[in-house]
Amino acid sequence: MQSMITTLLTGISVGGQYALIAIGYTMVYGILRLINFAHGDVFMVAGMMLIWLAAILPLPVAIPVVIAITILLGFCIERAAYLPLRQAPRMSVMISAIGVSYLLQNVITYLTGGQPMTYPTIPFLAQTVEIFGTKQTMATMITLPAVILLVVALTFLINHTKVGMAMRAVSKDFETSRLMGIKINNVISVTFIIGSALAAVGSVLYFSNYPKIVAVSGALPGLKAFVAAVFGGIGSIPGAVIGAFIIGICENLIKATPYSVFSDAFTFAVLVIVLIFRPTGIFGEKTLDKV
Amino acid sequence: MKKLLALALALAMLGAAFVGCTPATNSGDVAEGGENVIRIGVFEPLTGDSASGGKKELLGVQYANAETPTVTLDGVEYKVEVVYSDNGSTTDKAPSAAATLVDKDVSIVLGSYGSGVSMAASDTFNQAGLAAMGITCTNPNVTKGNEHYFRICFLDPFQGSVLANFAKEKFGAKKAYLLGELGNEYDQGLLTFFEQTFTAAGGEVVKADFPTNTADFTQYLNTAKAEGCDVIFTPVSIAYATQIVSQAARLGIGLPILGSDTLDDNKVLEAAKGTDTQLFVSTFYQEGGSAAFDEGIKNYINTNADAKTANGGDDTISAVTAMGYDAYYVALEAIKAAGSADKAAVKAALPNVKYSGVSGEIAFDEIGDAIRDTAYIKTVDTAAGTWKLETVQKAN
Amino acid sequence: MNRIDNKKNVKSTVIALVCILAFWGILLLIENLNLILPNVPKLFTPTSKLFMVLRKVIVYSLIAVSMNLLNGFTGLFSLGHAGFMLLGAYTFAILTTPVSLKVPVDGIFYKYGGSIVNFSLQEAFGSIFGNSGAGGAVSLVLGVLVALIISGLVAALFAYLIGLPVLRLKSDYLAIATLGFAEIIRTIFQCEVIKLPGGGELVLGKLTNGANMIKGFPTLNSFNITNATGQTTLYLSTVVPAIIVTACIVVIVLLINSTYGRSFKAIRDDEIAAEAMGINLAKHKILSFCISAFFAAVGGALYAMFATTYQAKPFTSVLTYEILLIVVTGGIGSVTGSCIGAFLYIACSEWWLRFLDEPMMIGAFQVPLLKDGFRMVVFSIVIMIVVLFFRKGIMGTKELPDLFKKRKVKAKTEGTVTDNAK
Repeated sequence: MQSMITTLLTGISVGGQYALIAIGYTMVYGILRLINFAHGDVFMVAGMMLIWLAAILPLPVAIPVVIAITILLGFCIERAAYLPLRQAPRMSVMISAIGVSYLLQNVITYLTGGQPMTYPTIPFLAQTVEIFGTKQTMATMITLPAVILLVVALTFLINHTKVGMAMRAVSKDFETSRLMGIKINNVISVTFIIGSALAAVGSVLYFSNYPKIVAVSGALPGLKAFVAAVFGGIGSIPGAVIGAFIIGICENLIKATPYSVFSDAFTFAVLVIVLIFRPTGIFGEKTLDKV
Repeated sequence: MKKLLALALALAMLGAAFVGCTPATNSGDVAEGGENVIRIGVFEPLTGDSASGGKKELLGVQYANAETPTVTLDGVEYKVEVVYSDNGSTTDKAPSAAATLVDKDVSIVLGSYGSGVSMAASDTFNQAGLAAMGITCTNPNVTKGNEHYFRICFLDPFQGSVLANFAKEKFGAKKAYLLGELGNEYDQGLLTFFEQTFTAAGGEVVKADFPTNTADFTQYLNTAKAEGCDVIFTPVSIAYATQIVSQAARLGIGLPILGSDTLDDNKVLEAAKGTDTQLFVSTFYQEGGSAAFDEGIKNYINTNADAKTANGGDDTISAVTAMGYDAYYVALEAIKAAGSADKAAVKAALPNVKYSGVSGEIAFDEIGDAIRDTAYIKTVDTAAGTWKLETVQKAN
Repeated sequence: MNRIDNKKNVKSTVIALVCILAFWGILLLIENLNLILPNVPKLFTPTSKLFMVLRKVIVYSLIAVSMNLLNGFTGLFSLGHAGFMLLGAYTFAILTTPVSLKVPVDGIFYKYGGSIVNFSLQEAFGSIFGNSGAGGAVSLVLGVLVALIISGLVAALFAYLIGLPVLRLKSDYLAIATLGFAEIIRTIFQCEVIKLPGGGELVLGKLTNGANMIKGFPTLNSFNITNATGQTTLYLSTVVPAIIVTACIVVIVLLINSTYGRSFKAIRDDEIAAEAMGINLAKHKILSFCISAFFAAVGGALYAMFATTYQAKPFTSVLTYEILLIVVTGGIGSVTGSCIGAFLYIACSEWWLRFLDEPMMIGAFQVPLLKDGFRMVVFSIVIMIVVLFFRKGIMGTKELPDLFKKRKVKAKTEGTVTDNAK
């Protein structure tokens, strides 16, 4: 029973962290129809940034600065690597994303020399609390409320603000919304900014729990978050969040069985099955091919 | 604009090709500026998973080279140059990294940290007629079935059984949790040898593998506790080891963690510092084994910023550094015995080299493995954040 | 009209054949230069970096072309190539590792009490043709070829099974599903023991050797001809893979130029239009998928021969991305482009840029930034520049011969324009 509760709690917390990354994926996909492979690496870079900044700044200052830098990074990536390819086929943009991911990983490997870096201890998040006789960090405990809060805020932003309306318009029809006078590039930039900010928040929660970072640390959470986004129906924010929680919990349940080896393979198997039987995910809208 | 860029790119490529080729084609001559040079190749992972270990091993070689930069053969003094090549910790980059060393006309190759890359590069060295000397690659398959690969460290079967016996003797362990990376020949090899000894002595094991790039070990650690295991044996690479140690401490698992030579690293030490982790690792050398070496290398690290970065930012001596240091001297002995820098002569001379190094006596058996029967078991002094010697284990 | 076309075709076929033969000849010559001339430049010695890179380029060319067949010519964006390569390499390694290494205890399968595949193809052929001299050579070549074909077939079979459900997906969904399959295949090959729910155990390690490396199978160097004293009298280790790879690429080119190839291109350009023209989408897609997998697996097997040891660990999505970047650099939809891309990519990343990893002094000036890993940073920037500014890659959809034809065609069209003006 006790181990079951631990498994569930860990699953929820991991799921929440995936959710924060998955939102970035799903929003970008919703608007640009692009799998932003570099998103997981932006998440990793956010972690690395905090390590370097915490060495020179006090934590309460460093964390907002990291979020700001991550936003800037996301913005720059979009402007430099995706904007020039707006008219190119989708495959080119995706390859550009793979290129960015490759570049970020190599730069971080170069800067760290391949050594695992230690994430600074954030006093509040690293505190442990006893729940049903198991020790959990605050980071684990606050992930769920934090995710809910952020998602509510985000839904409000999308449904009740002007920029949110523009986002919905652009994701429905790129060309028409341009004709309606929406500045497409600005809307896309806002999407990347929101995605990067959430990734930065996610990185704080994630790396507080798993405090060592190497250059490939973002790859696996990124891929899992993407699977979660597909699972929930890519383009849908609640879908991404629910998908992330399901993936996180299932993964931890499998790790508790003798089949732990297949915890990653399982994620992909789920992905393939979902894609085959319901290609638009749980909450995705059915799209029709236009001839 | 586009054409200009294309031109610039093409020029840059061409320039790169030119610069890249020059050292490769010109390095044939031994006399450079009237000086006689012998080159020792170091084949190490300087990026990727094992970069941390590879850099520390290279550090040992570089320090030894700084200490003894020349060798005298037949009354002629030769300058010894250490050239290195990065195999990126992956077996698919290893052959071409090995070819880089071959191109530089080295007399002998040292390395690598990690058995997989050593095996992948083995054939390239063999084709070139080079002798290679593993410093800390412990997998039996590295030296088995060939005549050019040697090593100065102990082997996994020995290390696995030493740790299994230690777990039995020290903790009276009846059940052990074995945790390794899926598909990593080093981890899986050691787990098997540990399991063999441990079960033969009446113990029981629970095995689990985690997929590459896993960061979340809470579930595995909780399972270890829930299954009622007495010890956790986890011979994983440094990046995983740091995660496992810090997460075990945070979760308050309270079980002793046993590790292999990879865990003897200051990053792992840092993770265990200030916690109540009981961490035991088997290794090749313990600080204090040779006072002169300890003092020298600490001085070298503290006066050289690059060396300090390579050593992970402090001056804790890793066993792999001591092994790298010994390897350099064994290589020098082989060159002295051969009487020339000729790679075939060095290869012929190497099997008979005997050397008394800081990590102990070094000699090779007929397979090319070091004749070694000693492993040091260290534990962490968590308050001070240093290693201390637990026991010295000999083969039965 | 038809007759003229035929004549043209015969002419270009002859030219192509001559070019291929010339290529083999040149390779053979430079590889054996060190045997003919006593003091060759270091670049041409058999252990030089040049040949290491050339061999890898040859192997990667095939893999890149096979990916191009799928991504460039059929328009199916698949990222499962690492998985197919892995299947090919493992099948090859398992079938050709000598029996002496498959025994328990002393062999490479020491952990599992020996391998369950208790034969090796070239030794089986050896028992017919003899194991030494010409007979040995025949059995080696036959063993390798048969193993290569079986590797390809195994991967093609898997591709068929995977393709049935997956090929219904489109563009990036297909990409991510194939990527997922490649990861699943890798996990299965790395796994050693699967506990069955009934309490039994499935020891996969007996087949795949689990995490351990497989080694000892024939490598590219096995093709070198040696005399009794063990000295090499003829180097063939670069030419033989070149011959195999060119043969495979020729088959792919013939396929692309056949009716099937035209259907593939029609599917790429517009699926719905292609279907309306009566092309069976499902059939053609799965055909392309299986053929691509077949050649990727042959490439994977050759890769194992190049690398001399084999392990599943490096066959992650990163490898697929590498090949994808090669295809993109060379030009999506150009076979010769993929080969040129493979050459530039590998030569840059593993040879020409290596000096960036080492500290360099120009006079007393220490060049800044140069240290381990800088090579990869520069390399990824170059890749980004190619992706962003040379979107069509080096060749676009053109082939190498087109570049020579270009001028003639231009002159001709100019001629017609002026004629019309008159």
